[in-house]
Amino acid sequence: MNIIVVGLSHKTATVEIREKVAFSPNQIEKPLCELLRLEGIVEGVIVSTCNRVEIYATTRDIAGGIARIKRFMADYHHLPFEALESHLYSYHAEAAIRHVFRVASSLDSMVIGEPQILGQIKTSYGYAAEFKSSGIILNRFLHKAFSVAKRVRTETKIASSAVSVAFAAVELAKKILGDLSDKTVMLIGAGEMCELAAKHFLNSGAKGVMVTNRTFERAERLAEEFGGEAVRFESFLEHLHRADIVLSSTGAPHCIIGPKDAEEVTRLRRSKPIFFIDIAVPRDIDPKVDDVENVYLFTVDHLQEIVQANLAQRNLEAEKAEQIIDQEIGQFHKWLSTLEVTPTIVALRNRFDEIRRAELDRTISGWKDLPPDAEKRLDSLTMALMNKLLHVPTAVLKKAGQGGRVDLYIDALKQLFELEALQQENEELELEE
Amino acid sequence: MTHTFFFLTVVLYGGATAAYLACLVLTSPRLTLWAGRVLTVGFIAHLLSTIHLASRMKYFPLTNMQESLSFFSLAIVGGFIYFERKYKVATLGSFVIPAALIMLIASSSLHSEARQLPPILQSNWFWFHALLAFVSYACFAIAAGVAVMYLIQRYFLKKKHFGALFQKLPSLETMDEINYRCLAIGFPLLTFAIISGSIWSEQASGSYWVWDHKQTWSLIIWLIYAALLHGRLTIGWRGKKAAILSILGFIVVLVTFLGMKHSITW
Repeated sequence: MNIIVVGLSHKTATVEIREKVAFSPNQIEKPLCELLRLEGIVEGVIVSTCNRVEIYATTRDIAGGIARIKRFMADYHHLPFEALESHLYSYHAEAAIRHVFRVASSLDSMVIGEPQILGQIKTSYGYAAEFKSSGIILNRFLHKAFSVAKRVRTETKIASSAVSVAFAAVELAKKILGDLSDKTVMLIGAGEMCELAAKHFLNSGAKGVMVTNRTFERAERLAEEFGGEAVRFESFLEHLHRADIVLSSTGAPHCIIGPKDAEEVTRLRRSKPIFFIDIAVPRDIDPKVDDVENVYLFTVDHLQEIVQANLAQRNLEAEKAEQIIDQEIGQFHKWLSTLEVTPTIVALRNRFDEIRRAELDRTISGWKDLPPDAEKRLDSLTMALMNKLLHVPTAVLKKAGQGGRVDLYIDALKQLFELEALQQENEELELEE
Repeated sequence: MTHTFFFLTVVLYGGATAAYLACLVLTSPRLTLWAGRVLTVGFIAHLLSTIHLASRMKYFPLTNMQESLSFFSLAIVGGFIYFERKYKVATLGSFVIPAALIMLIASSSLHSEARQLPPILQSNWFWFHALLAFVSYACFAIAAGVAVMYLIQRYFLKKKHFGALFQKLPSLETMDEINYRCLAIGFPLLTFAIISGSIWSEQASGSYWVWDHKQTWSLIIWLIYAALLHGRLTIGWRGKKAAILSILGFIVVLVTFLGMKHSITW
């Protein structure tokens, strides 16, 4: 059995194409069923996010399976096959395993290390498990992918650093203030970045928000949105000492907070550190404020610098992650190749045993004056003969299972001894029972 | 037996020191974990070695420079293990554990032989005094270590320098908090150490306070830390000021401890 992957991602297709082939998660049952009805496809999982659409499947016929899934993706969305085909990639065997491990570990993401993709694959797998489109191999495969992703996450620092300005501000605040759960944020002015940063701070546990704006109504509206408190712009300096984190982005033509204000604030705060972020251009906060003890002032450029450094760091960490994936591929591939060894050995033995019993019965039933213990002796003779004959092939097969070329052996055995038919008979018998 | 444990301790502290120093350069949670484990085993060996020595000598081993250094080191490691567990600050190990190792090696290089204790040291007040004093010194040592880290991290933040070490060092507030905890534990212990010391002095020389080097310097140390703690609690001496003062305080502790052979018997 082989694992195959067919799909497209932000690397091979523009968003216009990606959105056309996306599968809507609340109607995933239909495509999953259609997928399993394709000839030769045994199991299937559909992963569909805004950056990638991929189908993981197992099949005996690699080339045929890949071709049929490609065709399926075009047909299902009523797209011309020729237009779609150039955007699709496909992998099988080890490359397929590597691809899925990399995707789950967020090495193939637009922003390397972003954490959403793992959750998205887990959800997709959840649907496949719910509608029973994934079976023994994909179950194990995806669980392995999840554990690899977890290993990558814990053993490398791929996801540990902020790669957005707003998040970098939160990380920086934690480096100064420690735990944010009893900290208050003050928003001076409005602006997309400021509001985004404020949201990040609240998500990271900050206790409350104060909002001030030249237009008090605007401040009130924003305060309501964040569940915070509106402060009049004329008197915001009087409230400044209650804030631990100050985000400023007004359109003021000159500085609104100077070193004197900062000194007064630290005095009132009895030197508890305070963290200023100046997002405004021209600047809202006098750079000299940073010289005041226990005051830490950062501008957007500083945050940008951190983001750049973190991105570079992530690329370095990605190399470590690739090494982890290399190790894990070996282990999983081994499991996959030995997966079919045991059933084949059992089928082979059953085939031999069937012949042995048939011949034994015929011999005994036609035999007059049978000596008393002859039946028992004949039984053990034929048994020993069968075991001897099967000993070497069994050992070779087991060994091949660890080497990787086991498919060849299994296929040859199945054809030589017509094991497939036997297995099917057995399965049917089991079903009847 | 004591020697075996002692040797084992030196080896384990050495390993832990190497691992903690490597942690400053490398980023590996596994390395940090093992540094902590090796150190904990080292601490247990050190403790057993100290207990064994005490039971063999029939006194608590704090009677000369060798024994004191070893106990000082033991107390620092114990204190570090406590704070590491509580605040998850493995980086502190890179700053404190090397000092503990140096003290231990210095201790092992000093000569010591079994001897009859002078009667002056055979006082319960002496043991009480010495034990409290060294535990408080260990607190001050950790406070100084964390203060150095604080100043480094503050420098990075002011200079907007966000390198690997910046990422590894804990937050300013965490370090400030550890610094405060150390002082809040160390200072009362020092106070009791000085009180028990003067009671012992009364027993030994008939006077509670003799203004010898040791008592004078102890008083200076006590005043430094009293000022620091007071400033902290009343007028918000935090951060840089507190860090610098706790480093200065510890330098005075070290000079007092190393620079003076006890005027009485050492």
